[in-house]
Amino acid sequence: MTPATFLDMAVDIALIMVVLSLAIAFVRLARGPGLADRVVALDMMTVTLIAVCGVTAIRSGELALLDVALVLALVGFLATVALARYAEKRDAQQEDRSNG
Amino acid sequence: MVEVLVAIFLLLGGFFALIAAIGVLRLPDVLTRMHASTKAGTLGSSLALIGCAIYFGDTAVTVRVIAIILFLMLTAPIGAHMLGRAAVRVDDNVKT
Repeated sequence: MTPATFLDMAVDIALIMVVLSLAIAFVRLARGPGLADRVVALDMMTVTLIAVCGVTAIRSGELALLDVALVLALVGFLATVALARYAEKRDAQQEDRSNG
Repeated sequence: MVEVLVAIFLLLGGFFALIAAIGVLRLPDVLTRMHASTKAGTLGSSLALIGCAIYFGDTAVTVRVIAIILFLMLTAPIGAHMLGRAAVRVDDNVKT
């Protein structure tokens, strides 16, 4: 086996593994059971999508995919923080309603 | 020789991403799932991106990869901390 064919095979296998992990994280996103579990699964899916971008950039030679990965890293963090704050705020509101 | 190195990095990255996903699916509560997704997930995508940087061997690509990895490693603990605090307050499937 020459190094080039080994690389082609490795790229295909890595793509299969990464997409499989995306699918598994999606199962956790659908099943829940709580809001925090779903946010964890969504965060995991963003980080896995960055890996998909890296592998696909090698497969297709398209360098713009790395910009996509950079933007995903920036936006995914904001989404996680916003959802965590939303969960806390919703809980505080429910406590206010039950106390007062 | 470079091809073999890139292939090893890619395979390791895919392996760790898969381990993180299995951890998110199989572990029992929010805090342990978060542990799997932040550590193993970040390691997996970082390894795949390092393979990408070695394959292209270009300054622009390397700078972008370093920026992505730095940003992931800076923000993963902060996001996990905020999410963990919210989960403990809401007491959403957290076993203490």
